[in-house]
Formats: sequence, C-alpha cells, structure tokens
Amino acid sequence: MGVGIEVRGLNAWYGKNHALKSIDMTVLANHVTAVIGPSGCGKSTFVRCLNRIHETIPDAHAEGEVKVGDIEVYGEGTDPVEVRRRIGMVFQKPNPFPTMSIYDNVAAGLRLNGFRNRKQTDELVERSLTLSALWNEVKDMLHKKSGASLSGGQQQRLCIARSLAVEPEVLLMDEPASALDPISTSKIEELIFQLKQHYTVVIVTHNMQQAARVAEFTGFFLMGSLIEYDKTEKIFTTPADKRTEDYITGRFG
Amino acid sequence: MELSWWRRAKNQAATVVAIAAAILVVLPLLAIFVYLLLKGIGALNWAFLTQTPKPVGEVGGGMANAIVGSGIILLIASLVGIPIGIGCGIYLAEYSRNRFGDVVRFTADVLNGVPSIVIGIAIYSLIVVRQKHFSAFSGGVALAIMMIPTVARATEEMLLMVPNNIREAALGLGIPKWRTALSISLRTASAGVITGCMLAFARVAGETAPLLFTAFGNQYWNLNPSQPTAALPLQIYVYAISPFDEWHRQAWAGSLILIIMIVAAVAAVRIATTRGTLKGVS
Amino acid sequence: MLDSEHPRNTPDPVEPAEKPVISIPALAQAAAQRKTAPLSSALERIRRSRPISSRLPDAAFGWLVLLTAISVFAIVVLVVWQLFDKSRLSLHQFGIGFFIGRNWDPVNGDFGALPFIYGTLVSSFLALLIAVPLSVGVAVYVTEMCPMRLRVIISFLVELLAAIPSVIYGLWGIFVLAPVLRDYLQPFLAKTLGWTGFFTGPAYGLGMLAAGIILAIMIVPIIASITREVLTAVPQNQREAVLALGATRWEMIRMGVLRNARIGIVGGVILGLGRALGETMAVTMVIGNRPEISRSLFAPGYTMASVIANEFSEATGDLYLSALVEIGLALFLVTLVVNACARLLVWSITGGTSGRARA
Repeated sequence: MGVGIEVRGLNAWYGKNHALKSIDMTVLANHVTAVIGPSGCGKSTFVRCLNRIHETIPDAHAEGEVKVGDIEVYGEGTDPVEVRRRIGMVFQKPNPFPTMSIYDNVAAGLRLNGFRNRKQTDELVERSLTLSALWNEVKDMLHKKSGASLSGGQQQRLCIARSLAVEPEVLLMDEPASALDPISTSKIEELIFQLKQHYTVVIVTHNMQQAARVAEFTGFFLMGSLIEYDKTEKIFTTPADKRTEDYITGRFG
Repeated sequence: MELSWWRRAKNQAATVVAIAAAILVVLPLLAIFVYLLLKGIGALNWAFLTQTPKPVGEVGGGMANAIVGSGIILLIASLVGIPIGIGCGIYLAEYSRNRFGDVVRFTADVLNGVPSIVIGIAIYSLIVVRQKHFSAFSGGVALAIMMIPTVARATEEMLLMVPNNIREAALGLGIPKWRTALSISLRTASAGVITGCMLAFARVAGETAPLLFTAFGNQYWNLNPSQPTAALPLQIYVYAISPFDEWHRQAWAGSLILIIMIVAAVAAVRIATTRGTLKGVS
Repeated sequence: MLDSEHPRNTPDPVEPAEKPVISIPALAQAAAQRKTAPLSSALERIRRSRPISSRLPDAAFGWLVLLTAISVFAIVVLVVWQLFDKSRLSLHQFGIGFFIGRNWDPVNGDFGALPFIYGTLVSSFLALLIAVPLSVGVAVYVTEMCPMRLRVIISFLVELLAAIPSVIYGLWGIFVLAPVLRDYLQPFLAKTLGWTGFFTGPAYGLGMLAAGIILAIMIVPIIASITREVLTAVPQNQREAVLALGATRWEMIRMGVLRNARIGIVGGVILGLGRALGETMAVTMVIGNRPEISRSLFAPGYTMASVIANEFSEATGDLYLSALVEIGLALFLVTLVVNACARLLVWSITGGTSGRARA
C-alpha cells in the first residue's frame, strides 16, 4: 500500500541557483499526483528531492522537511540509501542495465538488498513484471535477452518493474513517457492508473493532456515556486491563479 | 530489507581502498621528483653544464656535449618527423576518407606501438650499416619515426574538429583546396597540432633505447651530425650503470636537466594553448 | 502555438513602402556616382581578376601529403623487412627451437631465447598484477569519489608519471627502489611468503621483483587514463538508476559504472601490457641481466628488450647479431598483436579516440 507525502518548506539549489523556493505540498496516499510547469520551473528538481537523488549532482543541495509515510527524508539520522529503497524512481529516458538480462535487471534491486533465495527472487520478478504489464511479452526470454534489446516502451516498463521489485511505497516518475511513441505512452498511462491501487505515484509531465488523463491532483510549478495545487479537474477548468490559467491555455510555455 | 552493516562496511572499505590506490600511485611520483631535486641539485654546477666528461675515475667534468648533442639529434628528429606527421595528418583528415586512409591510420598506430629498441635495430641496419658509422643523423631519424604517429594522430583529430562550414566558406570564396587546408583548417586547429608536436617532442626527448646503436654516444664534443654524438639520456644511462660514484652523481644532475627540459616543453604547451591566443578548437 | 500565430501578435497591415525597391544595376550606378574614382577602380580590379589556375598547386599539394602518408606506410614496411631479413640466418639455423632453447651461449654460437621470453612475460605480468588494481582504484577515485578540486590535481600528477623518461625510472630504481627492496621489502616478503617459493634466495634488491615494480609504476598512467575515459563515458542515468534502487555508493559504482565499462577497462589493461612488454631501459637497469629462469622473484632475470640493448652493439659474428634481431622480431610481433587487440576493445567502447567529432 502507498503512503502519503508531506512537504514543508523545501528549498533546493544548484550551486548558487535557487531552483526550488519553499515548497509546501501534501500528496495523498494511493493517488496519482501530477507536477506540471514550463521548462526550468523546478518540477523535475522537486521530484528528485523527494528521494534525495538531487544531491548526487556536484554542488547541488536541498533543505526542508519531507515526510514520506513515517520517514523524515531530510531528517538528522536518515540514510539516503534507505530513503531511495523505499521510494522508486522511473526516469525520462529508459535506462535498463545494458549488460544484464531482463531477469537480472528486475532482480538488480533485490540482489543489492541481500536477496539470495532463488525461488523468492523468481516470484518477485514475475510479480513485478506482471504489475508493469510486461510479463506476457518477455516471460520466455527472461534470461536470454538483455535489457537493452527491448523496444523503447518495453524498456520503460522494464524500468518500472525494476523499481517495483524492491517494494517501494512511493513511485516517482520523471516524464516517463516523453521519450516514447503514442502507443507506448498510452500503455504507460494505463499502467499508472492501475499502479495507484498499490502505490502513491508522483508524475512529472510537460504534457497537460497526460496530467488530465492520469492524475487526480495536479501541482503547477513556475520558476521554482508551487503556484497552485488542487484537484486536477479544478486546475484545468477553473484555475485560481492567473499564471496557472495562462499556462493551461498556452499563453506561454 | 534494511541497510545492513555489511553493505555499509563494504562501502566504506571501497572508499578506503580507492584512496589508498590514489596515494600509492602518487607516492612514487613524488619520490622520484624529490630525489631528482635533492641529488640532482647537489651535483649541478656550472662545470657540469659547460664541460665534457673527464676521463674515467676523475672527479668533475660535465655533460655539456650530451646536452648539445641531444639538441642536435632532437632538431633533426623534429625537422624530419613533424612535417611528415603533419602531412600525414592532413592527408587523413582532408584528403582521404577511404580504405587507404584506414590502412595508413592503422599503420600509424602500429608504428606507435613498436618498441623503441626495435626501431633502433631497424635504423641500425638501414642507415648505420650502410654508412658504416654511427651518427646523430641516424639517431634523429629513429626518433623522428617515433614522433610521426603522435603528430599525425593529433593533427588528424584536430583537423576533424574544425567545423566543415568553415572549409566550405573558404572554398565558396574561391580559395583553392590546398590553401584552405593550410591557411584555414590548419590554422584553426593549430593549438591542438602544436600540442601534439610538443608532446611527441617531450616523449622522444627522453628516449634512450633507439639511440643505443644509432647515435651511440660520444665522450667528446661533436657537432657533426654524421658522427657518433652524445645524448643526454644515453649519457645518464652509461653513468648510472657504471661503478663510479662520481658518475652516479652526474647521472642525477643530468636527469634533473632532462626532466626540466621535458616539463618545460609540456608547460609551454599548456600555457600557449590556454592563454587564448591559440585557443580555438583544442 | 507559436507566438506569431497567436491572435494578439498579428501585426497591423503594413502600408506600402515609400521608397522604391532598388535594383542592382541602379545600386551599382548610384554607388559609382556617389563614391569617387578609387573605389570604382578597386571594384574593377576585383571583378576583372581571375584566380590563377589552382589546379597545379592543388595537385602538387595533394601529392605531397599523399607522399607523407605513404612514407608512414613505407617506414613500417621497411622496419618489418629489415627485421625479417637480418634474422634470416638465425631463423634458418635454429628454427622453432630458438624459442624453447634455454641456452644463451654466444661463445659457442648456441642461442636459445627462452630465458628472455620468460623474463619478459614474468616481469610484464607481475607489473600488470600490481598496476591494474592501482590504476582502476585511482580512476574510480578520481571519477566517482573525489572532490572536484582534487580531481584536476590527481589527474595531472598521474599524467606526469607518463612523462618521466624510462632512463630516469631506471636511475631511481637502481639507487632508491633497489636498496628499499633489499633492506626492507624483500626480507619481509621472505619471512611471510617465503614458503610459496616466489620469495627465496639472496636479496640483491635488483632482480625480477624490482623490474616488475618499476614497470607497474610506468604503466599505471596508461591504464588509469583509459579507465578514466571509459568510466566517464558511462551515462549519468545509469548511475542514477542504481542509486534509485537504494544502493550505496560502492554498489552504484560496481553495478552501474564498472559493469558497463568492463570491456574498455580490459582494453586499457591490454594496452598497458603492450607497453610493458616493449619497455627497455628501466627494466635493463634493474633486472640484473642474467639469462636465468628462476621461480623466485628475487632472482635476476633478463628480458628480450634488455638483451638486445645490452649485447647488440658488441655482438660479434653474424649469427649472434641475427639471433638478437630475431628476438627483436619476436618482440615486434608480440607487441603488434597485443596492441591491436587492445585498440579494438577500446574503440568498441569509446567509438573512436577521444576528441574525434566530425562536424
């Protein structure tokens, strides 16, 4: 089951560049929340701060309060490694491990975390691939084909399966379909819709129609600040802030 | 699944091992330079730089003839090697994108990997035996052969980095191809090409093996390129393996001079290419 | 929607221009009328000049550079020819037995190259054993773990190692390394690992161990710089993918970086091997120069390059010289094969040497 996310006063920097300015946001468990905004508004940065991948870039750092379920992500004693195990991430460009088979790709996270039991690993691999709607397509070639030999859409579903295998509570998706063709995109969107039963999903997208299709809640970012955050329906029909309205109607961005 | 202490320990250990590797690698470098300075400065004096070796066993004397001899040999090497290298690089970059070009490129790489002593053997039998004497010239040719692949590869790479639209602009103005290649392409790439030449120079400046049976060495002054000539690395070698303490001291001094020459060449390149006058494509 | 298509951005209809469009002849005329004589004569000169037919210089230049390219090819052919030609005597005399003969006896005209082959192989592989972990360690440290400021310094220092001439390594080896080995390391190794048989016998300082260590120091820069290149070539999102699964930094390096760079690293190692096989001066100065085959690393040895360096200029008799040239030929062929394998591996990863970018 998923957990909720509480963000209070989140700030992030790239060197001197203040990329996120005091973000406050509450993400509901088992819902899909979309984060939209023009290029450079900080939406990717926001999501990357949630699992502390942001700080792995040289000279980048973040401060603030982020509570995922019962974990204080930026707490004193919190280990980023542990945080990242509990929060899964799917990237814009599918990045399966090219030197590993499909099976090994999905099992990678399990093996890292000490899973040695072959039978249990088999079960979890099958479960993850089923959850990401890839099982039927690859079940006969799990060990024979490498992760990189699949099509773009399949690769992305493989990456989703890989993230799901370690049983995260939250799934972060950074423009997961932007590098894919329309058919693969719609498959991914279907997937997201189903995933929310088990996980909390936060998805970054520059495609407003996509946000409208998959997300129950949407947050609009502009120049590092969260301008408006509400039910998707409301954001797209009667936005409260003029800037949101300008973006939605395409006056800029 | 929680982060076990075992995984943490492995993580820490990996960091420690990597740092240890870095230290172990840098340590000999520092040790060599420190010893060069300490022992070399001690034996360095004006006499060393201006005199020729004294007879065996006597104190004093210098490596002046070896320093000059190296200069002569390196001059010959550069005069032969750099033009051929640049020409080859121009050919590969501007004139041929075909099979023969690939063959030449492969050959240049082969040449690069040939052990320097084998080059010495080949030049010995090609030139020294024919001329019936050792000479600075044969030494220079041997070193030139070692310079060519480095210069050619640097030239080719730098020329390939010159954007095509500059060439086309020049050709469109009616500038002939050969002029374009020289005045436009080569000039734009000059910083990198000069770097390549200097690096090749620095590499062969310290080479001893190919000179063993070409230039052969000489205890006396010799400015005639067709006679055996002393060279700094050769002299260092002979002195180092000798049983005389005095010669050991001078070997250190000679090494110090040699390393200063090489570092100066490399530093000059860095300064020239980053000063902005030649900054462009490198 | 483009700005220009947006309803608010359509410009108001434009009034017809007041000035008439100027035609070219009119322009020239106006210009000619406006300016004084010098400009028009300059224009005339340019228009009238035709470039001297550039076909001849173009062809000549083309042939010139072709000549240089051919000369590179010719040099290699000449070298190979000389090696084969001058070793013919020895090839006929000893045949394959040359490479398994253990006896190097110039006095009696009996030449067997096995001791040198053994010495070359052992010293080179010992060097690899020491250099590979160090090089990969340094490369990983510099690319993945090191603070930015140190990165430049350490890379510079490692490159500096490559600039030091072989003879200076040898000098340092004789007077600094060998005494350290003799007085500290060798006794220590004899005490702790003497039972393996690799560390027995008198400790001279000079010998196979010294040669292996010096060679290791000399090939670290090559292996480290290629490793660094292939590590940096691994895309950032591979690293992030591993991190996002909840991996420690070392696990990220192992699974996301080293795994992907495996092939390139092997290529770099083979290149280092090629360099070690052909290294002459430093090895000659510290290896002891005795054609023995001994299990202990403390014993003196002799490599193919060293025997040539030491005995070539004093070789008496055609057979002696021919035998030495044959060793040179063998050395050439071995390094040729090794280097070719290495280049293939490295190029398959980095897609060509660094800096190559056809516009």
